[in-house]
Amino acid sequence: MKSLRMAKRHLPKFLESLGKWGKVYVPVKLGKNSYRWEEFDGEVDNIALDALRTVIPAKKFFYKPREVMFEYDKTNGYTQACAECEEDVILFGIHSCGIHSLETLDNIFAGKYVDNYYFTRRKNITIVGTSCMPDKHCFCKSMGADTVDEGYDIFLTDLGDDFLIGVGSSKGDDIVNDNPDIYEEVDESTTKRYLEFRNKRDESFELVLDTSDLPTILDFQYDNPLWDELGERCLACGSCSMVCPTCYCYNVDDTINLDSETGERWREWDCCLFRDHALVAGGHNFRENQGGRLKHRYLHKQQAYLGDFGRTACVGCGRCIVACPANIDYVECLKAMRGEMTSA
Amino acid sequence: MLSKQTVKLDPANNPYKPRLARIVSIKPQAPDHKLFQLRFEDRDYAESFCTRPGQFAELSIIGVGECPISISSPPTRKGIVEMCVRRTGRVTNALFDLPTNSMVGLRGPYGNGYPVEDMEGNDLLMIAGGLGMAPLRSLLWYALDNRARFNRVILLYGTRSPEDLLFREEFDDLITRADLECHVTVDKDPTGNWPYNVGVVTSLFDKVDNLNPDTTYAAICGPPVVYKFVIDQLLKLNFSKGRILMSLERMMKCGIGKCLHCSIGHKYTCLDGPIFTYWDAINLRESI
Ligand SMILES: Cc1cc2nc3c(=O)[nH]c(=O)nc-3n(C[C@H](O)[C@H](O)[C@H](O)COP(=O)(O)OP(=O)(O)OC[C@H]3O[C@@H](n4cnc5c(N)ncnc54)[C@H](O)[C@@H]3O)c2cc1C
Ligand code: SF4
Ligand code: SF4
Ligand code: FES
Repeated sequence: MKSLRMAKRHLPKFLESLGKWGKVYVPVKLGKNSYRWEEFDGEVDNIALDALRTVIPAKKFFYKPREVMFEYDKTNGYTQACAECEEDVILFGIHSCGIHSLETLDNIFAGKYVDNYYFTRRKNITIVGTSCMPDKHCFCKSMGADTVDEGYDIFLTDLGDDFLIGVGSSKGDDIVNDNPDIYEEVDESTTKRYLEFRNKRDESFELVLDTSDLPTILDFQYDNPLWDELGERCLACGSCSMVCPTCYCYNVDDTINLDSETGERWREWDCCLFRDHALVAGGHNFRENQGGRLKHRYLHKQQAYLGDFGRTACVGCGRCIVACPANIDYVECLKAMRGEMTSA
Repeated sequence: MLSKQTVKLDPANNPYKPRLARIVSIKPQAPDHKLFQLRFEDRDYAESFCTRPGQFAELSIIGVGECPISISSPPTRKGIVEMCVRRTGRVTNALFDLPTNSMVGLRGPYGNGYPVEDMEGNDLLMIAGGLGMAPLRSLLWYALDNRARFNRVILLYGTRSPEDLLFREEFDDLITRADLECHVTVDKDPTGNWPYNVGVVTSLFDKVDNLNPDTTYAAICGPPVVYKFVIDQLLKLNFSKGRILMSLERMMKCGIGKCLHCSIGHKYTCLDGPIFTYWDAINLRESI
C-alpha cells in the first residue's frame, strides 16, 4: 500500500484539489454534540474534524432516505429513475466504522439481484476517510470495525503535525498525483508516531462488548423477559434504525400524478420496530409485540446477518445508543443477555 | 470507490423493474376470488419466463402498488402466467377493477419453489385449504403433466362452503381422473346438493389408503389452522419432518432479499422460501 505524509497546513490545498473529482461533503457541527454531512463551503475551519458520528450516517449518500425508483405511465410502464445516481461525490471525514458499514450494505445490495441504485452511487462516490479517537459510546473495536486496510480511496490518520496519507485505490493515487508538492515520504518518525497513535487509540475504548458465542447465547435468551421489558419502554419511534449505518430495510409506495396517467414508485427507509413491519393481509401480525420487534432487530444484527455473511450487521458506532429517546442501550442489553452485570 | 463485491451494473436489467403484462382473461372463482391469465407484452420474454412450481411473482397495478402473488400455472405451460387472487386491500381491489386487456406490471419468478427434483420418484400428497390451492395448483399440474415421474398423486382440498371452491371447472374433471386420487370437502354445505365430502380437510385422510410416509412428500398450503391440524395428522402417520412441505406467507416488499420485510429468524421468506420443510419451520422461530 502506498503511504505518504502531509503537513496539516496543506489541508486546504488537499480539499481544494478534491473538488476536481466532484462535490465534496464534510461533517460540520450542528449542535453541542451533533454533526451532520454538508457540502464543503471552502472553509477548512468549518469542518468538524473531531466529529465522531454525524446524526445521519454516510449511508444516505448511497441509499437515499426516500428515492424514486421508477417513473411510470400507463402506456410505457415502468422506467428506471435514478436522480443523482450519476453525481460524483466525495465524502471527506468518514471513519473506519463508516467504511465497514458500507461493506455491510454491499453484501445486501449485491448478490443474485443487484441493486442498481445503490451500486451506481457506490461507483461514483469517492471515500476519503479520517482517523478518530473513540468516546464512551464507541465500541467498533468489539465489532471488528475499528481499523480499515481497504475500502477507501484515501485515508488520513492524524499524527499531530502531519497526516499519514494512505492511498487505497487508483483514484486515490490520481488525487495525490494532482498535488505532488504537498506530500512527503514516510520516514521513521512517521512510523513511530503512527504506532503511538494506534496504542493511544486502542487504550481509549471504554465500551467493550464481548461477542464470543453471542449467537448461541442469544438463542438461549430468546425468552428472556428483558426483551419485553425493553419493548415496553420502546416508543417505536424508529430513530435507532434511521441513524444506524447498517440498517437497510425499506418500504415501497406508489404515487400518482394529477393527470392520473403518470406517477412514481418510491422507496423509503423503514424500521422493523414499527408495528406494521410484519403485518400481512387479514391483519395478522407475525411480530405482534414490541419486545419481539426489538429482539428481531438485535438478533438480525448479531445472529442472522452474521450467519449469512460472517460478520455482524453492527459496526459499533454508538448512534442508536445516543439516539434512543427511551434510553434503550444496545450494548447494555446484549451484556445483560450475556449475564454480565449492567443497569439495562 | 467500488466495493469489493463484483457486481454487474446493467440499467436494462433492473431487478425491481416490472415488465408490462396484459390481462388476457379473467375467470371469477369464488366470492372475491378471481383467476387472472396474464401474458407479458414482450413475446420473447413471455416464452423464456421459466418458473418452478410454488414460486411467486410481484404484481404491480400501475398507479397503485405492488404485492406478491403465487404463480398458479405450472412451468409445463409456457406463455401464460395464471394468478388466483383474493380481493383484500389496495392492490388487489384495484386489480379487481381492471377489465380484460388492461396492462399490469409483473416481475419474477421469485422464491425457491418446491424441491421437485427430490419429490420425483415418490408419492405426492397435496393438501390445500381455501386459497392455499393457488400455489399448489402449479405443483398439481406439474405432476400431472409429468405424470410418469411420480408414483401416487393425491390431492385433498377443503374449503368453507361449496361456493368457495376454487378452480371448480377443473375439479369436475380432476375427480374422475384415474391417475389422480382427488378428494374435496367443504366445512359446511348450506346448499344441500354438494355431492362430495362434508367435514374439515383432515377428514379426507380416511379416504386415502396405505399412505407410506417413507416414500411420500406432503405439500400443505392453507391458513394457519390447516397447517396445525394437517401436520398433527401427518406426524401421527410417522412422516418425517423433512418430508412435510409448507408454503409460508409474509409481508413482502421487494421479493428479492433486500427490504427485510419477510424475514423469519435468519431466513428470508422471499429467497429461502416461501416453501419450507416443517423441520425448517420449527427451527425458525416466529415461523408458525
Ligand atoms: C409468497 C406469497 C404468495 C401469495 N400468493 C397469493 C395468491 O396466490 N393469491 C392471493 O390472493 N394472495 C396471495 N398472497 C397474499 C397477497 O400478497 C396479499 O393479500 C396482498 O399483499 C394484499 O395486497 P393489497 O395491497 O391488496 O392489500 P393491502 O392494502 O396491503 O392490505 C391487505 C390487508 O392487510 C392489512 N393491513 C395492511 N396494512 C395495514 C395497516 N397499516 N394497518 C392495519 N392493517 C393493515 C389489512 O387487513 C388489509 O386488509 C401471497 C403472499 C405471499 C407472501
Ligand atoms: S446497531 Fe447501533 S451501534 Fe451498531 S451500527 Fe447500528 S447504530 Fe451503530
Ligand atoms: S430509538 Fe429507542 S424508542 Fe425509538 S424505536 Fe429504537 S429502541 Fe425504540
Ligand atoms: S420481500 Fe424484501 S427481503 Fe423478502
